[in-house]
Amino acid sequence: MSDKNAIKVEPVALTRKDFVPGNEVRWCPGCGDYSVLAQVQKMFPEMGIKREDFAVISGIGCSSRFPYYMDTYGFHTIHGRATAIASGVKLANPALSVWVVTGDGDGFSIGGNHMIHLLRRNIDINVLLFNNRIYGLTKGQYSPTSLPGAKTKSSPFGSIDNPFIPASVAFGAEASFIARAIDVDVKNMQDVLMESHQHKGTSFVEIYQNCVIFNDGAFADVSNKKTRPDHALFVKHGEPMVFGADQNKGIIIDGSHPKVVDIGKEYPIERILVHDKTNPLITNLLLQMTLDNHFPTPFGVLRQVDKPTYDEGLISQIDAAKEKLGEGGLEELLALGDVWEV
Amino acid sequence: MTTQVKHVDEVTIRFAGDSGDGMQLTGTRFTETTAIAGNDLKTLPDYPAEIRAPAGTLGGVSAFQLMFGSKTVFTSGDAPDVLVAMNPAALKVHLKELVKGGVILANADAFSDKNLKLAGWESNPLEDDSLSSYTLYSVQMTKLVNLALAESGLAPKSIDRTKNMFALGILFWMYNRDPEPTFRWLKEKFSKAPVLAEGNITAIKAGYNYGDITRIFNTSYRVERAEIPKGKYKSVTGNEATAYGLVAAAKKAGKEIFLGSYPITPASEILHTMSKLKNFGVKTFQAEDEIAGITSAIGASFAGDLACTTTSGPGLALKSEAIGLALITELPLVIVNVQRGGPSTGLPTKTEQSDLLQALYGRNGDGEVPVIAASTPSDCFYAAYEASRMAVKYMTPVILLTDGYLGNGSEPWKIPSVDELDDFEISHPKAEDFSEDVKFQPYKRDEVTLARPWAIPGTKGLEHRIGGLEKVDVSGDVSYEPMNHQVMTHLRVDKVAGMTREIPQTEIFGEAKAKLLVLGWGGTFGAIHVGVDRAQQKGYSVSQIHLRWVNPLPADLGDIFKNFDEILIPELNMGQLSKIIRMNFLRDVIQLNKVQGLPFKGSEIETKIYSILDKK
Repeated sequence: MSDKNAIKVEPVALTRKDFVPGNEVRWCPGCGDYSVLAQVQKMFPEMGIKREDFAVISGIGCSSRFPYYMDTYGFHTIHGRATAIASGVKLANPALSVWVVTGDGDGFSIGGNHMIHLLRRNIDINVLLFNNRIYGLTKGQYSPTSLPGAKTKSSPFGSIDNPFIPASVAFGAEASFIARAIDVDVKNMQDVLMESHQHKGTSFVEIYQNCVIFNDGAFADVSNKKTRPDHALFVKHGEPMVFGADQNKGIIIDGSHPKVVDIGKEYPIERILVHDKTNPLITNLLLQMTLDNHFPTPFGVLRQVDKPTYDEGLISQIDAAKEKLGEGGLEELLALGDVWEV
Repeated sequence: MTTQVKHVDEVTIRFAGDSGDGMQLTGTRFTETTAIAGNDLKTLPDYPAEIRAPAGTLGGVSAFQLMFGSKTVFTSGDAPDVLVAMNPAALKVHLKELVKGGVILANADAFSDKNLKLAGWESNPLEDDSLSSYTLYSVQMTKLVNLALAESGLAPKSIDRTKNMFALGILFWMYNRDPEPTFRWLKEKFSKAPVLAEGNITAIKAGYNYGDITRIFNTSYRVERAEIPKGKYKSVTGNEATAYGLVAAAKKAGKEIFLGSYPITPASEILHTMSKLKNFGVKTFQAEDEIAGITSAIGASFAGDLACTTTSGPGLALKSEAIGLALITELPLVIVNVQRGGPSTGLPTKTEQSDLLQALYGRNGDGEVPVIAASTPSDCFYAAYEASRMAVKYMTPVILLTDGYLGNGSEPWKIPSVDELDDFEISHPKAEDFSEDVKFQPYKRDEVTLARPWAIPGTKGLEHRIGGLEKVDVSGDVSYEPMNHQVMTHLRVDKVAGMTREIPQTEIFGEAKAKLLVLGWGGTFGAIHVGVDRAQQKGYSVSQIHLRWVNPLPADLGDIFKNFDEILIPELNMGQLSKIIRMNFLRDVIQLNKVQGLPFKGSEIETKIYSILDKK
């Protein structure tokens, strides 16, 4: 693939300030979006990409205001279509580092179709899915990730909808990179953002994000620093799945099921399951733990495999055709087919 | 019997048979051969929406008509002079349109009791004398190809399938056509299965020789070459021409082109054609749905490609919201709608002009989208080129309306030279154009065109945000200020209204002052032209104007209208342009509306002209 179609990564002298446009950020005080914005603004300068080579694309919803707060090229589009628009951006100019910011409604309700097709095509785009399990901008209706029984403005008697687990949908859609982060957990978020950038193909990052107004505390058990160690499992490729305030709990496979155990004599660290981000069985096992109260919620990079990307496929087909047939210009175009002279 | 050679100016042939009989292919091959022989022509494929409707039924009949002649041909012909009927159903459906005394070439082997019954014939029309007012040639085509191909090594089923090539061979003989180009085409098409190529060639030869040797046909015809301008020609369908026009625009402008599209009848051939053009750098993206088709194109436009999306009526409906996004973000985009019969799924394979109002108004909010319409298959090239040029020059989405008749129909096209195409230069702002004092402003407009600058991501220093929320003029910041929305709405409307400066003086076919003006738009051009021309020949005071831009309308139209007592607007819809004309000019018009999924015939226009002018 020619250079003009590859993202250029080189040392750049940029800082967080270079990505702050200086306008007023208008999310509710205490919104989880502030924390994500801060981490993205911190990590972009560390990716070795020039500011003009970033494009941030969003749909509609609270989180979709994101591009206005990033001093890059940005496009605040229409509801649910950010992934499709970003696909066009990337295919038109594969040298751009393209970031989609979307929410659980934008990305998995109205935009669900585009989302799964982006993931299966594996276009080299980074998707940040802000999951707050509620519709915020329309003022508090249940979303496709709201838990059963959720009492919202449009479900006063409790939601009877069965929710999506976004990362599981991504897995079903053949995503090559699936990660999960928490809005207020700075360290893990930074790691995940960097790995997302480094992954070639669609990177799907689900961010648990607190809506202080309509769904406050939805992720309290993993957001609260005190309860987090016992409720969150941060996985690292090649390392055992250990969690707990004293790092004394782990996951083992018991028969064909995962099980939480206390690490010790009976279950020494060697028996604890080791994370392998390339193994679909492991990824699926982690995903199944997500809404199950017997288990901690997994975070970090749950899956990362190398697969051909659509954007490289498209460019290489074009390059191959030019190589074989010669690059066609206007004159060749007009002369195509069976031409006769009068 | 001796065969006489008769010279004729023009002939209309209709090929009709079962969906599986290969009538579209047979018609296309006769068309190509006829174009190369130097006749002018137009075609009309007419096929069912079902891929393989039950064999032998009336619903499964597929037809292909072409008119060719030694003079300029404007339509695919009214009533056919020759009907090729490959089975009883085809004869049943199409006989009523055949001219009295016309030629029927029928495959007698298909007229079995079962097929006759399926088609609703009480007795075999080939044998009961009911066709005595026509010239009937009943030929046992299936039997003859089986004899001719007995030693070919082809399976019996494959042999049966070559009967369409046998019929083609007879027609090649009847119209003195050289079969060689079709032989070449078959060898190329079946390069991996030479047995099939040879089998089909043998069937054509058998048909040709049958005509030549048996002498059952009392006449063969000679249609002299048409007097057409010197140059290089090729045969194009409207859909192919649209694809070439879009790519030509990109090439002329030095841009890469991106097509986001979802397959839909009758527009898919544009996607197919462009998908082949990889060595021209064409990027085609078969999206997951119509919305992704257009939104991916909007993304590509934002990123700096010449972007387009192609669809038909139902798809245009799905794209509505996204067209609004392109409108408010003022990004160039070409939206091609190959119209078909509606509403809803309607008549997928049949033609209509009923999306004009949808194209003009099918969006939320105020705001104008320019609409251009192609008038002939080859004109689709120029209309697509012009749509692209204007989209970029004015930074706006442009809707190009063609239709199933234009999209599937074909004609010989005189290929333009590169220099004949309008200049198409694009300038993108660059970092060095700006400084601390002169900051880049994404909505700072060109004083004449009101177009905003097209700054491409990747350009240093021009980072900016756009989006569907209302923007402040010049800065492009988000604004909900009441007066700002008033200003921006006017600017968007004024920008499109100002495009009239690009529209050349309206051409009038006929006198500039007359009793009747026949006003049309889009694919009805040929039929209206034929009708008006015939009426003029007879001394009627009638002229023709055919609109290319429907929005904005040409600036001189109002003054022109004053010189006509009456205005007739023939449309393949219930009067959509008529509404526009009444609304814009406060002037009544006479409507002629046909909604049968078929194009106008010249005679229908002609008759209407007489009915209006003879009353006076």
